[in-house]
Amino acid sequence: MEFFAWCMIAAGFGMAIGSFGTGLGQGLAIKSAVEGVARNPGASGKILTTMMIGLAMIESLAIYVFVVAMIILFANPFTENVLELLAK
Amino acid sequence: MTHPFLFLQWIEEQLHLHLGEHVTYTWFVMIVLILAGLAASRSIKEVPGGFQNFMEVVVGGVENLIEETMGPKGKTYFPLIATFALFILVSNLIALIPGFYPPTANLNTNAALALTVFAMTHIVGLKEHGVGYIKHFMGPILLLAPLMIIIEMIGHLARPVSLSLRLFGNMYGHEIVLMIFFALVPFLLPIPMMLMGVLVAFIQTFVFTLLAMIYIAGALEEAH
Repeated sequence: MEFFAWCMIAAGFGMAIGSFGTGLGQGLAIKSAVEGVARNPGASGKILTTMMIGLAMIESLAIYVFVVAMIILFANPFTENVLELLAK
Repeated sequence: MTHPFLFLQWIEEQLHLHLGEHVTYTWFVMIVLILAGLAASRSIKEVPGGFQNFMEVVVGGVENLIEETMGPKGKTYFPLIATFALFILVSNLIALIPGFYPPTANLNTNAALALTVFAMTHIVGLKEHGVGYIKHFMGPILLLAPLMIIIEMIGHLARPVSLSLRLFGNMYGHEIVLMIFFALVPFLLPIPMMLMGVLVAFIQTFVFTLLAMIYIAGALEEAH
């Protein structure tokens, strides 16, 4: 049973660490974009498009962590092995 | 952890079919889009009104985006890009209606879309440059070419993975958050999450089509 407890902890902490870095990265990206728009409002359209692509790229890091967390929680490949070992 | 009730899934069970909800809902989205296209193009008037007006705005918006991102050469790829945009947008948005499952919340649908982009990129590159397309992978210095080819191959293989996983993670994550909120407090609490879902649906559609355009435009341009 300890295995499943560690799975939960790993999923939770993984998501926390993943979103920590992603949050910092996205914050920096938006900071620069807002500064750029404030200095040159005419270029806001182009800055918005570039920022969106950048944000999507950064965000995919958190999404990978999320997918891994979901695999750990719902589609863990070792669940059957662990249950077999526990049944012995 | 999916929707409590999916009506196409129910029909499927009555007919004893085993298709999976993402397949049936993909067909549903296809039917919706085909019917919308037929309805918009069947009676085209000089002065558009109502539905035709709406469809003209949508198609014009996608066309402008392609023109801005890919330049004049991008017009050729309008059908592909517009299909991606409309299909992903409609599939993302039907998630907000009870009884509907977004086909993009399944990795198989997204992998199909991303592999289409991947294949299209290289087909376009080969058609445009012929054998010289390999220069795209060799980097600026000939001496470093063996190293650059490996790096570029990893980069190109990561594209479909990131494209499909991004869309899948966003849509599936939104589904799960909605279901958890719904299980906690079914009354009014899921509504802010659903509003965020509209935003996520539009942004992810935009990002997917934009990245597809950038990849194809990258294959079109000359090697640096």
